[in-house]
Amino acid sequence: MSSTTTHRAATAPRKIEQIGQQKSALAWLTVPALIFFVVFALAPLVGVLVLSFANWDGIGAIGAAGLENWSSVLTDPGLYNALGLTFLIMIVSWLVQTPISLLLGVFTAGTQRYRAALAVLYFLPLLLSSAAVAIAYKALLDPNFGLAMGLGLPFLAQDWLGVPQLALGLVIFVIAWQFVPFHTLIYQGGVRQIPKSLYEAAQIDGAGIIKQFFHITLPQLKYTIITSSTLMVVGSLTYFDLIFVLTGGGPGNSTRILALDMYLRGFRANLMGPASVIAVILVVIGLVLALFLQRLGGKDKQGSQLEGL
Amino acid sequence: MWFLSGEPNQTTIQKAVDAFGSSNPDNKIAVTYFQNDAYKTKIKTAIGAGQAPTIVYGWGGGTLKTYAEANQVEDLTSWFEANPDLKNKFFPASFGAATVNGKIYALPNQYVAPVVLFYNKELFEKAGVQPPKTWDDVMSLVKIFNDMGVAPFSLGGQSRWTSMMWLEYLLDRIGGAEVFKAIFEGKPNAWMDPAVIETGTKIQELVSADGFIKGFSSITADSKADQALLFTGKAAMLLQGSWTYGPMKKEGQNFVQDGKLGFVAFPTVAGGKGDPKNGVGNPAQYMSISAKATDKEKETAKKFFKDGILTDTVIDAYINSGSVPIVNGIEGKLATSPDKDFLNFVYDLAKNAPNFQQSWDQALSPTAAEALLNNIDQLFLKSITPQQFAENMNATLGK
Repeated sequence: MSSTTTHRAATAPRKIEQIGQQKSALAWLTVPALIFFVVFALAPLVGVLVLSFANWDGIGAIGAAGLENWSSVLTDPGLYNALGLTFLIMIVSWLVQTPISLLLGVFTAGTQRYRAALAVLYFLPLLLSSAAVAIAYKALLDPNFGLAMGLGLPFLAQDWLGVPQLALGLVIFVIAWQFVPFHTLIYQGGVRQIPKSLYEAAQIDGAGIIKQFFHITLPQLKYTIITSSTLMVVGSLTYFDLIFVLTGGGPGNSTRILALDMYLRGFRANLMGPASVIAVILVVIGLVLALFLQRLGGKDKQGSQLEGL
Repeated sequence: MWFLSGEPNQTTIQKAVDAFGSSNPDNKIAVTYFQNDAYKTKIKTAIGAGQAPTIVYGWGGGTLKTYAEANQVEDLTSWFEANPDLKNKFFPASFGAATVNGKIYALPNQYVAPVVLFYNKELFEKAGVQPPKTWDDVMSLVKIFNDMGVAPFSLGGQSRWTSMMWLEYLLDRIGGAEVFKAIFEGKPNAWMDPAVIETGTKIQELVSADGFIKGFSSITADSKADQALLFTGKAAMLLQGSWTYGPMKKEGQNFVQDGKLGFVAFPTVAGGKGDPKNGVGNPAQYMSISAKATDKEKETAKKFFKDGILTDTVIDAYINSGSVPIVNGIEGKLATSPDKDFLNFVYDLAKNAPNFQQSWDQALSPTAAEALLNNIDQLFLKSITPQQFAENMNATLGK
């Protein structure tokens, strides 16, 4: 700290002159990011909004449709089924993944060697692509040629992907299997940031491991939890590849979540208009959720949790 | 050019393209291979984006119609008139699904592929039963095989068009070819025909009686697991396209070579109006030329259509893999093939059928086809009633 302070003091007069130039230079530095944002985020968004009021089969000419797409999608029970499933998967996924990754994160934050070795194993699923994960699970769970029959464990030979409730549960399980390592990593980093002195003080006061977890680790991880939850919740809106390969939305419509519904409408049924309506709905839900979760963190975002240390 | 992955056709096509390339070194054709279900989506997206390959492979019918109406594929009518020898080379019936509003937009090629009922002869001998001739036979066989601990029917239900084949045949047997013809023409309330409801009811009865193998709704046809179930003896019967004969011969560990694979036409339904000789399936596969291609690319494609795609070598390769190419005058070749029983069966079925119905999902527009497949999936899961199925489909007429 001290060296930077002296450095700052020495360069202060020159800095004042440069502030004006630096500001414009800084503004220029944002241009590449801005271009990317406009070209790859804003422009498609506007395009989708326009398409949601248009008739287009993805091949021929685009024609105006007025509010027809919106009224047809909003009165379609398929939309509410997809919405319900999306929120169900989101909530259950959060409930399953958060405690597991929190505990694993705390566990792997320890510096013991065996924990480091286990951590490497835990993080393995993170290296696999969703499609590969889905294909592997599909093969393992095949009721006729899968793992259960191979090992001679008939009770495992359920029709995992063929019964609506089982398929939904399985999708949630595979999502958790794939994403828990990522969130574990976030929590591991978060736990390692917590100053040792807090735990030392607690030990002197006679707090056990469980008390330390609830009174130091958890409160200190508040922002980590919010970050991880935001990624989990908003990310769950875009689960697509895994479910698409695993079940294709089936059996029936039992795993046809919003993102998948959008794809199937747009690219399978050639109804780009209604698919765009769903895309707009997805964007709105995603924004609302992200804002809501940020609010949960409290208004005073600059506030430090390390005050007084 | 894009083509479907999977043996034995991938090798056949690659050889044809290589041969064409070595005799036309300046106009080589590059082929990329895709899985069936993935290809159907990819080609649509590519055409919509103006990035289609020069040669567009497909199944004709409703999808070809959307391409033709958007002027994305070349009108080949005059080219065929200029090359009458080529036109007369093919089965006349194969041009039906290539024709949109009286104009030909695609070259029929490959083979005729009716849907047939395959069965495992070994299991039938063990059970001491005969392949089904009527729907009542089907239902009693279901009980017999279930008691034996063998699944009566294999089915790759997650692919959905596999389940659709059942409806295609059942509807034809119950209501005759006219019912789907009315649907295809978009006549009002065409899906509300009582034959549709009866078809749905019969299918749900079969599902309830455990007619299909456990887990059928999570099995995909692309992985060929449905075929594997038949030749490994886990299922007694399989309703599939005749194109599965080649893969089963290749991968079935002598199942086909030892004569254990049986095949019959779809059973009749008591009181049904349909001609039992009617067939369903793919009258041919089709290749169109992208309108976005350069003139040179178009010329190369036409030359390939004329000289490269159905050469004698390719025809022999199809016959050797157990398929009936759609070219006239092949009876002699079929008769000398080691697979002559199957080939003649397919040839007769295709030739003698008073009506050969193109697969529904190919005949209808992509929008109606997707709704159809989705509703079929739900019908087989019994999450909708036959009545709801008919109503849902009725809402898609004209779309």
